[in-house]
Amino acid sequence: MNARDEVLRRVRAATTDVTDADPAQDSPIDWIYGRALPTDDVLADFIEKVIDYGATVTRCTADDVARAVADALARLGAASVVLPPGLPESWAEAIGSGVGVLRDDPPLGNADLDVVDAVVTTAAVAMADSGTIALDHTEGQGRRVLSLLPDRHVCVVRADQVVSDVPEGLAVLGPAMRRGRPVTWLSGGSATSDIELTRVEGVHGPRHLAVILAE
Amino acid sequence: MTARRTPEPGSWLGIPPFPKAAPGALDKAEQRRNLRHATTSIREKRAERADEVADWEQLRTAAAQIKDRTLRHLEGYLLEAEGAMTAAGVTVHWARDGAEANRIVTDIAHAKGIDELVKIKSMVTQEIELNEHLEANGIAAWETDLAELIVQLGNDLPSHILVPAIHRNRAEVRDIFEVQMGRYGAPAPAAMTDDPAELSAAARSHLREKFLRARMAVSGANFLVAETGTLVVVESEGNGRMCLTLPETVVSIVGIEKLVPTVEDLEIFLKLLPRSSTGERMNPYTSFWNGPTSGDGPQDLHVILLDNGRTNALADPVGRPALRCVRCSACLNICPVYERVGGHAYGSPYPGPIGAILGPQLRGMDDPKDAALPFASTLCGACNDVCPVRIPITDILVHLRREAVDHKKAGRPSAERVAMKAAEWAMAEGPNLERAQGATQAAGRVLRDRWIGPLPLPVASRWLGARDTAPPAARTFRRWWRDHHDEDDR
Ligand code: SF4
Repeated sequence: MNARDEVLRRVRAATTDVTDADPAQDSPIDWIYGRALPTDDVLADFIEKVIDYGATVTRCTADDVARAVADALARLGAASVVLPPGLPESWAEAIGSGVGVLRDDPPLGNADLDVVDAVVTTAAVAMADSGTIALDHTEGQGRRVLSLLPDRHVCVVRADQVVSDVPEGLAVLGPAMRRGRPVTWLSGGSATSDIELTRVEGVHGPRHLAVILAE
Repeated sequence: MTARRTPEPGSWLGIPPFPKAAPGALDKAEQRRNLRHATTSIREKRAERADEVADWEQLRTAAAQIKDRTLRHLEGYLLEAEGAMTAAGVTVHWARDGAEANRIVTDIAHAKGIDELVKIKSMVTQEIELNEHLEANGIAAWETDLAELIVQLGNDLPSHILVPAIHRNRAEVRDIFEVQMGRYGAPAPAAMTDDPAELSAAARSHLREKFLRARMAVSGANFLVAETGTLVVVESEGNGRMCLTLPETVVSIVGIEKLVPTVEDLEIFLKLLPRSSTGERMNPYTSFWNGPTSGDGPQDLHVILLDNGRTNALADPVGRPALRCVRCSACLNICPVYERVGGHAYGSPYPGPIGAILGPQLRGMDDPKDAALPFASTLCGACNDVCPVRIPITDILVHLRREAVDHKKAGRPSAERVAMKAAEWAMAEGPNLERAQGATQAAGRVLRDRWIGPLPLPVASRWLGARDTAPPAARTFRRWWRDHHDEDDR
């Protein structure tokens, strides 16, 4: 018997006490999925939680995003930045002349990305209660490696993308996941507490996360 | 014999001293102080983050129900997951045991001519001792989680599910990095102090070249969604994302209990796990994938569905809930026994209350070490209350104690049998327990160097005696626990 058949046989033999073949009838689940949290001010909650991770949040109007991106790059001291395909051209134009702009089109090699200071992306959805930003790596969000190797990540989130909590966030992401999109959740920047539980920010991922919230 | 490629790990049969050249290890008292500090601070954070969530108890119930549904109908969900992953372009393998899983990983590496790989922290690969199997087959496996790196470079063993190097202090970490990094890759910076930020930076540059060079990674998975075949890895440092993004090949070893039925089920687990585990609202990074994405990330994905004793636990309706475990480590951090003895005492990669129930279920009771594990508890029940998937840990412990007795019944009355009788009597009613504890305090005083625990359990004393564990003061755990918590309240 091959391993697959043997493991399945063992599983079957181990569950002979289960007589109702319908999982839903046999094992009911007392939970209502996809509910929102009754948060008074979802945006304020999101901002508070993101800042709590040591990331920064800048609020601006939708018209002002290009300038906010350029300001964030300057504040982070980025001398070079990579832009994924799909970002508004005005953002690139607003970036100061002292900052080298690379386009990931055609795709850059990992060695090139490893020495770029910063990346700018958009997001798919943001979850306020845990201060989490989700990327599904479609247009404007870049390949997974883009938001990984550069040291600073400027992430633009639209106010209408911010939901109260994880259940609503997963409801938004469900279709992309069912289409087979890879998804990455970011809650603050890379961090470790492995040495005497002392929190250190920035181990392997970007050491700085700057969120721009466009309203 | 050719030279090893990676540092030789410690053995569960005895921990070799490291670094040999460095000042001697901490004495046990200080190690216990470190451990107590660590577990106290994590469990306080956990409590705070759990309290923030209004429907925490309902989440726990739902999580237990979802896992039970999955386990009771596991064959169907496994087939669904296999189908979804295959359709998404993942190569699905099955492994009856650890040896088979190890062989599959080795074969994939050999077929590609790969002789080194990077690893995401994974309990299951510890369980099957993958690294040593790879080493024996000429493949170097590099741990990339900071704590796992400390353990690996320190020729050491993990002592905690979540923070495997919890027993090491910063000075020891500095010594390990200073001596070992240069032997196995980019050396530590010349003037490195023991500041955790500097040590983390050293790990960042040491590992960066390994990430950029790696052609293959091995991961575990926190969840596997049956419906979509989506794998989920939660982490903090970004080493997981590096492993899941940069190499062309990723092999994920997934215990068959890791399934959940639907994407939406993750809304429950992704709220419970980080808060229970690190005491954060959310862990810094979570990766989801279910097959190769053209032009983005690894193009050759493999999943190994592993049994390795899980169907033993599944076959026992009383023990089955142990398979709900999401490896959050909350039960370790709250456990008075774990806090006293540390992780190595349990003799397996799964320490603490979960280790005491999972070990004997996965491996059986033939090894006396495993048969003794269910006795490594005071049955105080604190673990039951923090477990995010409501595993009735103490019920399973009592059940397994009985099994340990049955296992030996053919022979002469064993120590376990005597112990079991005492335990049953003590647990029958509260006052009995108090009396047993009072009576055994005297024994504790007499057997100071050999005895630990509130119950007259010769097995527990053997279990601990064999593990070079200093006994506590001669007072009961209940009292100790109460005093301890009073201290915390002050
Ligand atoms: S048994 Fe429960 S508390 Fe312990 S590690 Fe598993 S899920 Fe966490």
